[in-house]
Amino acid sequence: MKNGTTNVLIVGVGGQGVLLASEMLCEVAKVLGLDTKKSEVHGMSQRGGVVTSHVRFGKKVYSPLIAEGEADVILGFEIAEALRWVHYLRPGGTIIVNEQKMIPPITTTGKFSYPEKVEETIQKRVPKTTIIDAYAIAQKLGNTRLVNTILLGVLSNAIDLEEEKWLQVIERMAPKGTGEINKKAFLEGRAIK
Amino acid sequence: MEMLLSGNEAVARGMYEHGGEFASAYPGTPSTEILQTIARFFKADVYAEWSINEKVALEAAVGASYGGARSLAAMKHVGVNVAADPLMTLSYTGVGAGLILVSADDPSLHSSQNEQDNRCYGKFASIPVLEPANSQESLDMMKDAFEMSEKFDTPVLFRMTTRISHSKGLVKIGERRVNDHAGFEKNIAKYVMVPSNASVRHKIVIERLEALKAFAETTPLNKVEMGDRTIGIITGSVAYQYAKEVMPGASFLKLGLGYPLPMKKITDFARQVERLFVVEELEPFYEEQILAAGIPCEGKKWFSNFMELNVERVREGFIAAGVLPKSAAPAKQAEEKVLPRPPVLCPGCPHRGVSMALKKIGVIVTGDIGCYTLSALPPLETVDTCLCMGASISHAFGIEKAKKTKKKAVAMIGDSTFLHSGITALANVVYNRGTQLTIIVDNRITAMTGGQDHPGTSKTLMGEKTNAVDLEAICRAVGVEHVRKIDPYDQEETIKILKEEVDRPAASVVITTRPCMLFPSKIKTERIFHVVLEKCTACGACFRIGCPAISAAEEKNEKGRPKALIDPELCTGCSLCFQVCSSEAIEEVEN
Repeated sequence: MKNGTTNVLIVGVGGQGVLLASEMLCEVAKVLGLDTKKSEVHGMSQRGGVVTSHVRFGKKVYSPLIAEGEADVILGFEIAEALRWVHYLRPGGTIIVNEQKMIPPITTTGKFSYPEKVEETIQKRVPKTTIIDAYAIAQKLGNTRLVNTILLGVLSNAIDLEEEKWLQVIERMAPKGTGEINKKAFLEGRAIK
Repeated sequence: MEMLLSGNEAVARGMYEHGGEFASAYPGTPSTEILQTIARFFKADVYAEWSINEKVALEAAVGASYGGARSLAAMKHVGVNVAADPLMTLSYTGVGAGLILVSADDPSLHSSQNEQDNRCYGKFASIPVLEPANSQESLDMMKDAFEMSEKFDTPVLFRMTTRISHSKGLVKIGERRVNDHAGFEKNIAKYVMVPSNASVRHKIVIERLEALKAFAETTPLNKVEMGDRTIGIITGSVAYQYAKEVMPGASFLKLGLGYPLPMKKITDFARQVERLFVVEELEPFYEEQILAAGIPCEGKKWFSNFMELNVERVREGFIAAGVLPKSAAPAKQAEEKVLPRPPVLCPGCPHRGVSMALKKIGVIVTGDIGCYTLSALPPLETVDTCLCMGASISHAFGIEKAKKTKKKAVAMIGDSTFLHSGITALANVVYNRGTQLTIIVDNRITAMTGGQDHPGTSKTLMGEKTNAVDLEAICRAVGVEHVRKIDPYDQEETIKILKEEVDRPAASVVITTRPCMLFPSKIKTERIFHVVLEKCTACGACFRIGCPAISAAEEKNEKGRPKALIDPELCTGCSLCFQVCSSEAIEEVEN
């Protein structure tokens, strides 16, 4: 947390809910009276493409992008994507990964293969690694779309923002009628230490 | 009140707050959300439309401005090339009510065919260029832009970049204020650009530029932030944020008005610092003008004109220039090799059937701007050219006229792109006796930019019903005698008809009939397909259609090649894989 700015890099694959999660994180920072910025690129038909969202908050934020080697936390919605961006993490940073694997169609060409032993590689590189099966927790809660709030719950332990504000923002921003279940999902994630 | 807004949303909000009444655009990344935001939140007060192309968008906004409405036209950087014709002379006529041209540039070509720097248009057309550096400025500078436009009787180029347009930040919002403007006032000397009037106006443009230069010296849009005087940095747009992060203690001259430059202010700033740097993305736009004014500065030597800047690149520049120690950069950590995830045609995309058929027939495919260009990527690799909007038709025509290539060239163009700038090209083919096949892949939406309506969809941006352009009738009207429709999901029929039309010694058009699977709303299907692994021989035929729903199964054949697997969540039941499977291993199931 250099110069009082916290950098959270949220990564995943198009359609996983990365953007809503980063929006919620920014809102929590905003509610706490902090300056915040986020940046991502949406262009070409990115279904199944790589998605990264840079979220920064603190007293005063200039660049909307996190520099390589300066992310305090990487939150990976997909495990190979977490590996792809691992060099963005600062020494001593935290990585939180959903163990879900999304295998892209390019593997059928035989020219590329999905990386092996991703968990081990990440754990070896990053002492502060948390790997969870958010999909299984979401299934248990009865809605696989809860993956992103569960992950936000895990993330909330790695950064210093009040629980009550998180719950407020989730209540306000979750899709209509899903406020309660999303708050529950967040707390499930937050219970994972 | 504070809101978290993207630069594009802030532009929309600013336009609304500062009395905007008319907005037009052709969708293009990274500019698209400006008009979407206006239509979504402010349509009670601001008229908003998708125009047929950027030239028309600007011309319509010019008309609205002449007619007394504060107006805005928005487009991506290459869209301004299309609108350059009206723009260059619009500089001469000036405006009625305030008029803003928003150009959203795309350094690093995240979603574009080039990374041109549109600040150059400001200098080219002798009009002011505003460069917001975050979302708050994107809103606030709308006020400055309208006021400058009216005060100096000039259109204002409002230059965004992808990082400004698509980054979100906190923005203080305000109330809407409306200025009263008269309607169109007859003024032939100002508005009729025949040579005798235009020459008089050109002189006014030259005088106006001098007045703008004087304004640039005093406006708070150009801000000096004195710090350590050993290093002075002149910068603007998002480059300011990067430079500020890397060199927080240095002295800054931040340019909000990027053209014309405040040369006196720059001279004064240069005198106060020991070493002067210019940090700007893409072209050495400030740097060349500053050097031409005889002020020594360092810019592109350290900060490349290739791709967007960021904190790392600005820091590397200052390290290379000897300003920062090598230790200023965190130790570089090794990158892990992870397979790419290139964008692909969606499951059930109707373009896939056309590309598969064209591959089978074996022709040159001149492509255009749209999702179908993704057929240039493996495994389909059918599209052979992509230059700009509407070029596919004239490319095929030119290849034929060159007479050097045995293979026939076929043009592939989307419905929105055809309406944007394909119609004139098709008329040219007929007029000049071309014999090519043009395929209009009509998915009834502007898909690549996220599903916008266009003149063929019978719905406006503001949600009103309207008459739709009849593509078939247009083709016939420009003189194409052979126009046929095909279902691209039917491979046998598609191949047969396309072959007939490729071989026909006359200009022809084939129009596809399947809509986009995603927009305006996701299409739900009753059937999907699955692979019977016992029957699958792992021949790979279904892999080669490039469908994201099909992946390699863990089960392999005797040669160790993987069998196929269909993801039931992604399959849309288009049946193209079923049609290419020769071992009857793909079967229909109820969804």
